Amino acid sequence: MHARQIESMFFFEKKNQKTFATCGKRLDSGGQSGAAGQAQKFFGSFFQKRTSLPVTETTDGALSALMAASQAGNRRAYQALLRAAAPVAAATARRMGVKPDRVDDVVQDVLLTVHRARATYDPMRPFLPWLRAIAQRRAIDLLRSQFRTAAREVADDNAYLNHPGAEPDADAGLDRADQARLLADAIALLPPGQRQAVELLALREQSLEEAAGLTGRSKVALKVNLHRAIQALRTRLVEGGDA
Amino acid sequence: MPDHPYAALIEQLSGDLRPVRRLAAPWRRTVVWCGAVLWVAAIIALFADFGPLWHRLMAAPDMMLAFAGAALTAVLAALAAFMTSVPGRSAWWAALPLPGLAVWLSAGTAGCLRTEAIGWTQPEAPMHPMACIYFIVLVSAPLSGLLMWQILRACPLRPALTASLAGLASAGAAATILAMIHPFDATYTDLLAHLAAVGVVVMAVRFAGRKAVRK
Repeated sequence: MHARQIESMFFFEKKNQKTFATCGKRLDSGGQSGAAGQAQKFFGSFFQKRTSLPVTETTDGALSALMAASQAGNRRAYQALLRAAAPVAAATARRMGVKPDRVDDVVQDVLLTVHRARATYDPMRPFLPWLRAIAQRRAIDLLRSQFRTAAREVADDNAYLNHPGAEPDADAGLDRADQARLLADAIALLPPGQRQAVELLALREQSLEEAAGLTGRSKVALKVNLHRAIQALRTRLVEGGDA
Repeated sequence: MPDHPYAALIEQLSGDLRPVRRLAAPWRRTVVWCGAVLWVAAIIALFADFGPLWHRLMAAPDMMLAFAGAALTAVLAALAAFMTSVPGRSAWWAALPLPGLAVWLSAGTAGCLRTEAIGWTQPEAPMHPMACIYFIVLVSAPLSGLLMWQILRACPLRPALTASLAGLASAGAAATILAMIHPFDATYTDLLAHLAAVGVVVMAVRFAGRKAVRK
C-alpha cells in the first residue's frame, strides 16, 4: 500500500519539485540506484541547510512515505530518511537544552532508536511527532545521565596527575644501572681472596663445594672471605667509609 | 554519502536493513492480551461456583460494580500501556485507566460501608487477606510477563510509566479473576489486601520492566 501512497504523493509534489517526483516513482519501483540517490540528494540539500525543519504537511508526508518504504526494506529510502532525521534530532536536542558538544550523542542515539523502533511507525499517522518524541526522550535521557554523573562524581585533576602509574618509572632503569656500577667498583676494590669469594658464591651462585674445587681453598676459608667481603661492601656502600 | 556527519552510522544501519512487519494497532494488541486473560479466567472458572457468584453479584450491586471496575481497569490499563509504548503517542494516555480505577475503589469502599451498616454477611477466614495477595501476585506474574513481552516489541520511551500501567493491568485482571472464586463480602482488610497486592505487582513490574527495556 505504501508504494501507491509514495507514487501519489510524489505525483502531487511534481507540481513544485520535478526531482522529488522522479525520486518517488523510482522508489515505487523499488529502484536502488539513481532514484534513492536523488531522494537522498534532495533531502540532504533540503535539510542540511536548516537547523530547524520547516513543519509542513508536504515535508511530513514525504518523510512518512520514506519511512513506509524503509519498512518494506528499501535501503536508499532508509538512508534518505535517516539523513533527513539527523537535523531534526539535532534541533530537538538543542531545544531541550543539550550542550552543543553532546548533541551528536543524542543524534546517534536517535538514529539507533529509529532503527530499532521502525516497526512501530504507522504510515497513517504523521512522521515528525513520532521522530520528535524519540528525540525528546533521548535528549532527556542524556540530560538525566549528565545530572546523575554531576551529582555523584567530582573532578580532581591534580589527583589524576599525581597518581602513580602502574608501569615502572622511567628513571628506575638508570638508578639500577648506577647502583650496579657502584657495586662493581666496590667489588673491584676488594682484596683478591674476598673478590673471588664474592664472584663465585654471590654473583655466579656456585656452591661451596664447586667454589672450593675451582679455587683450591677450603670451604671455611671461602666462607670467611665472603663474610669479610660483605662487611667491607656494606661499610663502603651504605656507610660511605673505607673498607 | 561521505559529506554527511553521520554517514558511517547511517551506512551501518541501512546495511542490514530488512523488511519489518508493522506493529499491530494498540487496540488489537489489547484484544490479544485480553484473550490470554480470558484463557486464564477459563481455567480458574473450573474451580468457581457460578450459582453463588451470580447470587452475590445480584444481591450486592457494589460487588458487581467493583467486579466491573477491576475488569475495566485491566482493559484500559493494558490499552494505555500499549499506547504509551509507541513513540509519538501522548503521555496522557496513562490517565485512561483512572475511570475504571475510580469505579473499582469507590465500589469497594461502598461495599465496606454496606457491610459495616448491615453486618457481616459472610465472615472471612483469618488468613484470607494473605491468600488474596498471593493469588493476585501469582496470577499477575504470567499476565504481566505476556504483557511486557508484547510491549517490548514496541519502543517504550517511558519505560517506568508503561511498565507501571502493565502492572496495573495485570493486577486488575488478577483481581477480576479472583472475584470469581471469592465467596466473601467486602471488608476493609480485604480491600486493603487487594490494594496492597496491586501495589506490589505494579512496583515489581515497573522495576522489572525498566530493567528489561534498558537491556
